[in-house]
Amino acid sequence: MFTAGLCWGGGFLVSALGTYAHNLWLIYLGYGVLGGCGLGIGYISPVSTLIKWFPDRPGMATGMAIMGFGGGAFIASPLSVWLMSKFSTPTHVGVAETFIAMGIIYFCFMMVGAVIVRVPAPGWKPAGYTPPVVAQKLITKNDVFVYDALKTPQFWLIWWVLCLNVTAGIGVIGQASAMSQEMFPGHVTAVAAAGFVGLMSLFNMAGRFIWASTSDIIGRKNTYFCFFAIGTVLYALVPWTGSIGSVALFVLCFLVIISMYGGGFATVPAYLKDMFGTRYVGAIHGWLLTAWSAAGIFGPVLVNYIREYQIDHGVPKAQAYNSTMYIMAGLLVVGFICNFMIKAVHARFHMKPDHEAERAQAAVAAAGEPAGA
Amino acid sequence: MANEAQSSSMTLKLVLAWGFVGIPLAWGVTQTIINAMKLFR
Repeated sequence: MFTAGLCWGGGFLVSALGTYAHNLWLIYLGYGVLGGCGLGIGYISPVSTLIKWFPDRPGMATGMAIMGFGGGAFIASPLSVWLMSKFSTPTHVGVAETFIAMGIIYFCFMMVGAVIVRVPAPGWKPAGYTPPVVAQKLITKNDVFVYDALKTPQFWLIWWVLCLNVTAGIGVIGQASAMSQEMFPGHVTAVAAAGFVGLMSLFNMAGRFIWASTSDIIGRKNTYFCFFAIGTVLYALVPWTGSIGSVALFVLCFLVIISMYGGGFATVPAYLKDMFGTRYVGAIHGWLLTAWSAAGIFGPVLVNYIREYQIDHGVPKAQAYNSTMYIMAGLLVVGFICNFMIKAVHARFHMKPDHEAERAQAAVAAAGEPAGA
Repeated sequence: MANEAQSSSMTLKLVLAWGFVGIPLAWGVTQTIINAMKLFR
């Protein structure tokens, strides 16, 4: 977390330097490369730590952490606008000073986390919690080494599950404002569309906590079944809401879709913990997040290119998103199948007990034996 | 007596921790809701 704070805060300061110097490459280096490293490290470390602190409710714990990640946008967005208004002068808009102020604020907040967060001792359990005696098929009690996890079909199936869920969500997030205005011309103004985007952010954040907590009760696999089944139906309904001119139904569809987009992010660490154990869950989660990066390319590209293609071929703007919605629904069907194919990890991938642990156990056993035995 | 002191110290820590996270978040959520209300005007 300390490293994450250094990279993230440092990235803002380098970006401020780039802004002063009018050097775009310095901004890429600061906000993109350094900031990106800080973001990735800062995202994974609290998640893997919380899973270890809450073995009884890993979904709720990761949901809370990832909800915080989503909630950051609620603070950063108005804060940066406010700071720029304070730092702006008639000659410049105050971006560099805002970068500096935000870099320092982020660094201080992240240092508080780095100082107080601790990893529990191995085998730690909350008071009163007894792990289930009857083994559940999709919740392992073993650990899988990070590079062995990459060799399992389960890892790649979950990779596709996340990628497809995120592709469907991320594509519409970027286009939500334009889409709502183009599908309901004259009914949704630019100001109302901005309100719609804000409402989506709220549901995105709330979905992270609610769906991830629900996964502790109904199981991770069933939670993803819900995402894919409900998502498919809702995406298929969106063109219909446009055809009947119902803004309320359109908004409702997207609010539920976006809650499941956030829920997908928040539930996946607990899914990984169930499949591969807690020991390397942070590192495995890091590898899995490449699915997010891939989806960040697929989603917007799909939505934008298909829309452009439709408009170029004479489809009215109000109907230009219909095909995209059906394609998104199709992607979710593929995701449903991938999720269906996920089974427990084969025992050959489970880690063997450490030599150190064996030696410790042997020493304990020897100490417990009567002298001379 | 020691238990009471420990308990009140724990409560204070909890309030501080939740405040540290919750107050900025509540401010941000309020701003977002104010903007989102424009959708219904």
